[in-house]
Amino acid sequence: MNEVESLYQDIIVDHVKHPRRQGLRDGATVESHQLNPTCGDEITLQLVLDGDRIVDAAWTGRGCMVSQSSASILAEQLPGLTAAEAGERIESFRASMRSRGEIPVDEDLLGDAVALEGAAKFVARVKCAMLAWVAAEDALAKR
Amino acid sequence: MSGTATAEMLSAAELATIRADFPILAERVNGHELVYLDWGATAQRPRQVIDAEVDYVEHRNSAVHRGAHTLAAEATEEFEGARAKVAAFVGADEDEIVWTSNATEALNAVAYAIGNASAGRGGAAAARYRLGPGDEILATELEHHANLIPWQELAARTGATFRYVPVDDEGALRLDLLDGLLSARTRLFAFTHVSNVTGQVLPVAELTARAHAVGALVALDACQSAPHLPLDLHALGVDFAAFSGHKMLGPTGVGALYGRREHLTALPPFLTGGSMITTVTMEGAEFLPPPQRFEAGTQRVSQAIALGAAVDYLDAVGVDRIAAHEAALGRRLVEGLRAIDGVRILGPVGDGVERTGLAAIDVPGIHAHDLGQFLDSRGIAVRVGHHCAQPLHRRLGTTASTRASAYLATTPDEVDAYLAALPEAIEFFRRLA
Ligand SMILES: Cc1ncc(COP(=O)(O)O)c(C=O)c1O
Repeated sequence: MNEVESLYQDIIVDHVKHPRRQGLRDGATVESHQLNPTCGDEITLQLVLDGDRIVDAAWTGRGCMVSQSSASILAEQLPGLTAAEAGERIESFRASMRSRGEIPVDEDLLGDAVALEGAAKFVARVKCAMLAWVAAEDALAKR
Repeated sequence: MSGTATAEMLSAAELATIRADFPILAERVNGHELVYLDWGATAQRPRQVIDAEVDYVEHRNSAVHRGAHTLAAEATEEFEGARAKVAAFVGADEDEIVWTSNATEALNAVAYAIGNASAGRGGAAAARYRLGPGDEILATELEHHANLIPWQELAARTGATFRYVPVDDEGALRLDLLDGLLSARTRLFAFTHVSNVTGQVLPVAELTARAHAVGALVALDACQSAPHLPLDLHALGVDFAAFSGHKMLGPTGVGALYGRREHLTALPPFLTGGSMITTVTMEGAEFLPPPQRFEAGTQRVSQAIALGAAVDYLDAVGVDRIAAHEAALGRRLVEGLRAIDGVRILGPVGDGVERTGLAAIDVPGIHAHDLGQFLDSRGIAVRVGHHCAQPLHRRLGTTASTRASAYLATTPDEVDAYLAALPEAIEFFRRLA
């Protein structure tokens, strides 16, 4: 039970119950749709850019608690960041997720995403956690 | 399947003997005894199968159908012996069994052979297989992607039209619509024997007779039947069938295509190259008769031999007994699931429904991945996802389900362990929400 509880932390549950920045809007500058082909989880992420700066983010999707909370956590922190800053966060999060728990999530940099640390220990869930972040990376590459 | 009515499920003593043959079943996972309920995805292997492969590699490993030395002769004999065993196991003749990597490759081999015939390869003998605009390929909405995409692609390459028999809201195949879908334009009907999502068994002999009545060929996906039910391909009358070794106690990397002799003799090959030719010139090549015609390149010899040992193992237990055992476990599973609040079983569950020992469920509001995670923490291994049947899941209003699948080594206690953990998992996630 312990490791299951460590995966489904309060922060994750909170983001699932009260998803931030959910719902697509008109006027996005770039958009990316990502699908996890093994389970069908889907995320569409939209960014509104002002030059190199993200001024707004929105998403929609469906899937497990890990993928959906991760999208909410990411979308909440993207506005205000430059593309480079967002890229740095995505890289940092990816490094932790791929580390099988060796590299802790950098809470100072990534805020609520620290709650997703438990997912790194489950190889099958890393893709769920990464889905929205891959969407952000892909959307930014379309600038 | 005549044997299943009379055969008895495996006794506790028999199960204990069988389970002792499977080394992996002694594993502990996350601090719990492993409860392996993912046999439908890939089966575990008994020691006899593992040993057969090791013994071959250690003592007789050699190139088959080539060298004249002793080891090569022994290897060839054992390789062909395995083919004979597998052929007998599914009610086919030896020369009607082609080794492939898996069922997916087997189905593609048929699709590409027909595609090559459609491009004029195989000459006059293969002319009757040619597809073009106006022709139709029929499949079903139940299919695994392996028995779906090759036909969509074949239709796209040849200009034929792809059609399918839909399922109803419950997931039962709309056989009442079959008459309207099968016509003189239908050239091939591809369907599964047993759905890997709903576990329902399709009436293969009847569907085959109806397809043949309009002149269509039948390609059967026997992936979930060859391991689980007594199978007699000759009696069923299908033209082609495909199955995978790893789902029937054999290794990964080996599967088989069954093709009626008349078809394999007339169709052009899919893969070409070494080991499948008689004469090669700089202008072209002539091909060996089947099955070698469809076995280009170095074959998966140790895997085929191990699959032969797997078939020996299944025969020794008795596939009729295995089918009866699974039918009983399937009923236990479905009855237990029906009693759990908030669980929707995918597929028809009525008393008259013939099913194998598997069931996939949807728990509205709780994602299959999350359920699977909880179950895994208890050592219970189930499959979560769309099980390579996206269209079926979409039709049933979900993207992913949780599937438990049993086999000959599954105990009633394991089914009960799953049925006991599931409400706890549901409760755990409901409490979070
Ligand atoms: C019904 C069915 N068809 C086809 C396949 C494909 O088998 P393989 O991946 O071994 O080719 C599977 C296994 O996943 C299956 O269950």
